[in-house]
Amino acid sequence: MSTNQALVVRDLKKKYPKADALKGVSLSLPQGEIWGLLGPNGSGKSTLLKCVVGLVTPDGGDITISGQPPSRETKAQVAFVPEVENLYRWMTIRQAIDFTATFYEDWEHERVEELLNFMRLDPTKKISSLSKGMRARLKLILALSRRAPLILLDEPFSGIDPASRDRIVEGIVRQFKSEEQTMIISTHAVGDTEQLFDAVVFLDEGTVSLQGNAEDLRRQYGRSINDLFKEVFA
Amino acid sequence: MNIDFSTSIPIYLQIIDEFKRQIVTGTLKPGDKIPSQRDLAAEIKVNANTVQRAYREMEILGLVETLRGQGTFVCQNHGIVEETRNEMLTNLVDDFVRAVQALGLSVDATLEVVRTRFSEIEAGEEVNNE
Repeated sequence: MSTNQALVVRDLKKKYPKADALKGVSLSLPQGEIWGLLGPNGSGKSTLLKCVVGLVTPDGGDITISGQPPSRETKAQVAFVPEVENLYRWMTIRQAIDFTATFYEDWEHERVEELLNFMRLDPTKKISSLSKGMRARLKLILALSRRAPLILLDEPFSGIDPASRDRIVEGIVRQFKSEEQTMIISTHAVGDTEQLFDAVVFLDEGTVSLQGNAEDLRRQYGRSINDLFKEVFA
Repeated sequence: MNIDFSTSIPIYLQIIDEFKRQIVTGTLKPGDKIPSQRDLAAEIKVNANTVQRAYREMEILGLVETLRGQGTFVCQNHGIVEETRNEMLTNLVDDFVRAVQALGLSVDATLEVVRTRFSEIEAGEEVNNE
């Protein structure tokens, strides 16, 4: 293989008091690809992403980011966008951007204006006045304004309007730099976003039930990823 | 370029087919510049690696060539339109022949219906266009 692995997860396990969130998950992401982490709510998608970014400590298995075990340095390489609201509602868009920028050395101020424009957001607006779709677009701006080698988006399309979803899909296609970046997008609603993915991982109750290159799966099964998803999780 | 693609078939193959169609119908002419990979990806909202795979395949097929720093162009090769047309026609006919053979129909009976339907459908389209 000539490609480097941006992320390798091996036999990852995580137990919560009431359930096993991850029961031995393994995957290997080549640098430059966009992967879809697909599964219904509660399948372990968020837990997996949080383990990678270091917010959750796994009970077993290991993770390497660009060949290194998780550390302070690898943390700086990962941009994680959680599903939960992480924006202060009293801030304006501009304030939220400036506030977030102070945390990161790889922040690209020039890129912000281009992204605001593309995402059709007015920086003087207050977060509290934004729709869910607008907040989702802002969260993507915050992730893409960094030059992070590994970007993790947790449910970026959840509960938003189709126009916002299309903007986000197009924003990712335009801004993703495959020469230096790698991305994982988790979602439980595959429709209209599957063309984004190089490869997909189906996560079913903490176990990988299907994994592969998206185009190869389409050819092999003669079906869309969305149809396969519906079948597996019917 | 507007591709109304189905996600049940590999997307890069559908991108190649669309370029072939445009070459055969003359929408794209030998020597014409085609969109950059990044522009096409953004336009049809498809992963850039998928578009890259389609372009790489089209280069191998001799449909397009990429000139350093200038972009990607439909090959100047004179036979390209005819070759592509023949290839697409052969593929369509092959599918048709196999389906007809599976029904146990003869060449002569089939060809007669093909001729009749050809003119009927053409006539029908003219009516529809008015």
